Amino acid sequence: MARPKLPRKSTTIDMTAMCDVAFLLLSFFILTTKFKPSEAVPINTPTSVSSKIAPEKDVILISFNKEGKVFLSMDDKEKKRAVLNTVNVTRNLGLSGGEMKALVDQPFIGFPIAQLKQQASLPSEQLKGSTSPGIPARDSINNEMMYWVSAVSNVYQGQKKPNLLVKGDNEAKYPTFKYVVAAFKKYDFMTFQMVTNPENVPRGSELYRLSLGGKQISQ
Amino acid sequence: MAEMDTSGGGHKKGPGVKKSKKLSTRVDLTPMVDLGFLLITFFIFTTTMSQPTAMQLVMPKDTDNPEEQNKAKESGVLTILLGTNNNVFYYEGQLAPNATNWQSTNFKEIRNVILNKKKSTPESDFVVILKPGETSNYKNLVDILDEMKINVAKRYALVDISPIESILIAKTEGR
Repeated sequence: MARPKLPRKSTTIDMTAMCDVAFLLLSFFILTTKFKPSEAVPINTPTSVSSKIAPEKDVILISFNKEGKVFLSMDDKEKKRAVLNTVNVTRNLGLSGGEMKALVDQPFIGFPIAQLKQQASLPSEQLKGSTSPGIPARDSINNEMMYWVSAVSNVYQGQKKPNLLVKGDNEAKYPTFKYVVAAFKKYDFMTFQMVTNPENVPRGSELYRLSLGGKQISQ
Repeated sequence: MAEMDTSGGGHKKGPGVKKSKKLSTRVDLTPMVDLGFLLITFFIFTTTMSQPTAMQLVMPKDTDNPEEQNKAKESGVLTILLGTNNNVFYYEGQLAPNATNWQSTNFKEIRNVILNKKKSTPESDFVVILKPGETSNYKNLVDILDEMKINVAKRYALVDISPIESILIAKTEGR
């Protein structure tokens, strides 16, 4: 019996559809990627079970690294200018308009108040957390956070309170945090948020049970 | 398929007229797909999926007026102290003058301590006092605040450490 002739099939596959899918995914990822903004001050934040996303608007971020240097940054430039202006006036710094503009444009404030002129003269590329002395907050007498928080509270007077974010390094010592919080408390900022990385709730803990909608798990 | 009809739209040519050679317009798309997936992998790997979260902390107002201060029943108080190198110390109620109720533990076991205390006291009396020492680090603080959340301890307070307690920590740590 003669074998039936099988039609020879081509082994090339049409790649158009696959190509479409690939580029569709590609454009999705490109559009959704938000590159990590280059941080002037690298900080490893601790983890917590908190699942609330850190606010991104109207933020005043106080970061401190493991050496106890404190940095202040604000996302609202107008408010930042106002805060700097308040500090400039109350502390008699005599910053010129150009210096103020430079400070507003810089990503953070990381110099003691007396040396703000110096920071203003630095180009943004040279301003790094590792080389800046940081805002001193090492003891209760010499705590310059007090001036900054006071200026912030002046600027935001009668308005909605800003989101205060505290971002500390894992290895930072507790006293730094204490002095930052002391400044908050003095000017009636009783609520603030600590930036952390998300972590899973341990299984079987009370919070875990709560998050399951109050259902009890038999152990 | 991505192919164009190049056959001149049904217009028949007479016999003897040479047909021009049909050129295929198909392009091999494999390298393009490769490139596409390469870029996809790049973007997947560089995307930071985890957004930072925030932990809210509400501080009470400092008051010198003893009548406004919060009072806690001694029997329901658990004081947790943080030392160097992730050491944790605790005592229940008030610190005994000879420090007999001073206990040391670590972050793994502190959860049981909190839970036990929580079970053995009525809920309205249960208060945790957190006292981070001068040498404790920020991670410890966040961890212990987290522990409050995990164990659903609703009332806790962040209090400065007293000199006696810091001496005790230093002693227990052998410094």
